[in-house]
Amino acid sequence: MDVIYTDNNATTRVADAVVEEMLPFFGQMYGNPSSMYTFGDQVGRRIRQARQRVAKLINADPDEIVFTSCGTESDNAAINAAITTFPEKKRIITTAVEHPAIKSLFAWLGQKKGYDVVVVPVDKKGRLDTKLLYDSMSENTAVISVMWANNETGVIFPIEEIAARARKKNILFHTDAVQAAGKIPIDVKATEVDMLSLSGHKIHAPKGVAALYVKRGFKFPAFLIGGHQENGRRGGTENTAAIIGLGKACELAKDNLAQVNTQVRVLRDHLEARLLSEIPATSVNGDRNNRLPNTLSIGFDAVEGESILMLMDRKGICASSGSACTSGSLDPSHVLMAMEVPFKSAHGTIRFSLSHYNTRAEMDTIVETLVPAIDRLRQMSPFWKDGKMV
Amino acid sequence: MWDYTDKVKEHFLNPRNVGELEGANAVGETGSLNCGDALKLFLHVNENERIVDASFMTFGCASAVASSSALTEIIKGMTLDEAAKVTNDDISDYLGGLPKEKMHCSVMGQSALKKAIADFRGVQILAKPGDMVCECFDVTDLEIIDAVKTNGLETTEDVTNYLKAGGGCGKCLDRIEEVVEKAKATEEQ
Repeated sequence: MDVIYTDNNATTRVADAVVEEMLPFFGQMYGNPSSMYTFGDQVGRRIRQARQRVAKLINADPDEIVFTSCGTESDNAAINAAITTFPEKKRIITTAVEHPAIKSLFAWLGQKKGYDVVVVPVDKKGRLDTKLLYDSMSENTAVISVMWANNETGVIFPIEEIAARARKKNILFHTDAVQAAGKIPIDVKATEVDMLSLSGHKIHAPKGVAALYVKRGFKFPAFLIGGHQENGRRGGTENTAAIIGLGKACELAKDNLAQVNTQVRVLRDHLEARLLSEIPATSVNGDRNNRLPNTLSIGFDAVEGESILMLMDRKGICASSGSACTSGSLDPSHVLMAMEVPFKSAHGTIRFSLSHYNTRAEMDTIVETLVPAIDRLRQMSPFWKDGKMV
Repeated sequence: MWDYTDKVKEHFLNPRNVGELEGANAVGETGSLNCGDALKLFLHVNENERIVDASFMTFGCASAVASSSALTEIIKGMTLDEAAKVTNDDISDYLGGLPKEKMHCSVMGQSALKKAIADFRGVQILAKPGDMVCECFDVTDLEIIDAVKTNGLETTEDVTNYLKAGGGCGKCLDRIEEVVEKAKATEEQ
């Protein structure tokens, strides 16, 4: 059975060109990039090239890029750097819809380290309450962390404006751009962002490699303390092949940016339009005018997400549900809850996230699978009768 | 992905006895849209108090559908007295087991069955005895104590897996822990 992969906000296929770029660095060019001889230094050169390629994707300078092991490490290292630099400042600000890498860290800092954590809410379309955010920017604030784009709904936040306000108040600003990088243009020279996280496996590089952008001028204290690697900002022998793969993936992402915003957007819109017109009582979550071009979060009233996923799985379709139906967390995702998406559609929310590998025929197969699947689950549902919610 | 048995998958993909039952003379409902799962059970009971037919409508995950389907198969042909003895473990066993995080699906089946039997007999289910612990899922301390003793539960997490208590807002998790500790202590005496 062919797989129809529409879960690219979870992870992506490693691009063939990325694999090819990485292969020599396992069995042949395995030297330590820090070594003094040519056999090691030839790897060091390729890491420098990777650093340039990553920097170019977001218009940074190469020395502003720190390689890490994952998006979570980038986020943790950034927040750690901020609170280590300003130990006397006890307020930290974030949003209600962050990835767990920020959400759980901030909750931990609040509960265990006594920080005053401000969590800025969103409205029903997932848009940030910027007024509350700006009002909470106090002198006592160590760091603000706001994601560039949301992983579930794709809603994009006004990072340039938030960063400018933070700079005016002299507050360090971090953004988790793991979902935004490679999907929308990012220019760190045109914004006042101090730190930015991006992750390899969301942009067709392998898992286990990521980067943190640190604006020049910020004396970044290491999170992983060890050797001199990454200019003393992150100890540990480099994950050479993966870093080189990330460099290639960033180069490809820059080249493919236009395609994601045209071809992929058209596919997403096609899928969305067909689902909305062919399945009654269906609604899109998030601000449709301001979201990532590849993401669709769509809720089907009166049915439950896991059941939908299992019926799609039979046809090889991969997507995510907006609710984790486990007894430990029966609630729909914190993102949908923060947006006050009604339970009737939140439990039946599915996230499709596309890439340039998807085709129009795949979108049609998804629709043709979902129409009978939703109908069947509704026939079974006590909340559905005669074509509508009861 | 959940570790579902083939039987759970099969009952989810080909559920038995789905839909409203014509001629039903007893109905039991449990769960809600907000909880993320709900079951409506229909019974046709004859003059000898024997269940001649049963059907269900379920909103929920694959194991909720499979548990409902299994329940109707188990109880068809039983007398109400026999059906009253069916437990959530019987439903789970019928399906070759459920992941422990999904045990509440079988509890939901048992609960709907109790309500349907009470409905047939015209018995009003009175307010539950005991003190309310979990308001999200309407679970009392006595129910938790009973579940701890009957199913040998050890932790708060076990209670959530069986009864859903604490799985909503989570406000009552500390209270559940107290009740569990108390129940285990009395059991040891």
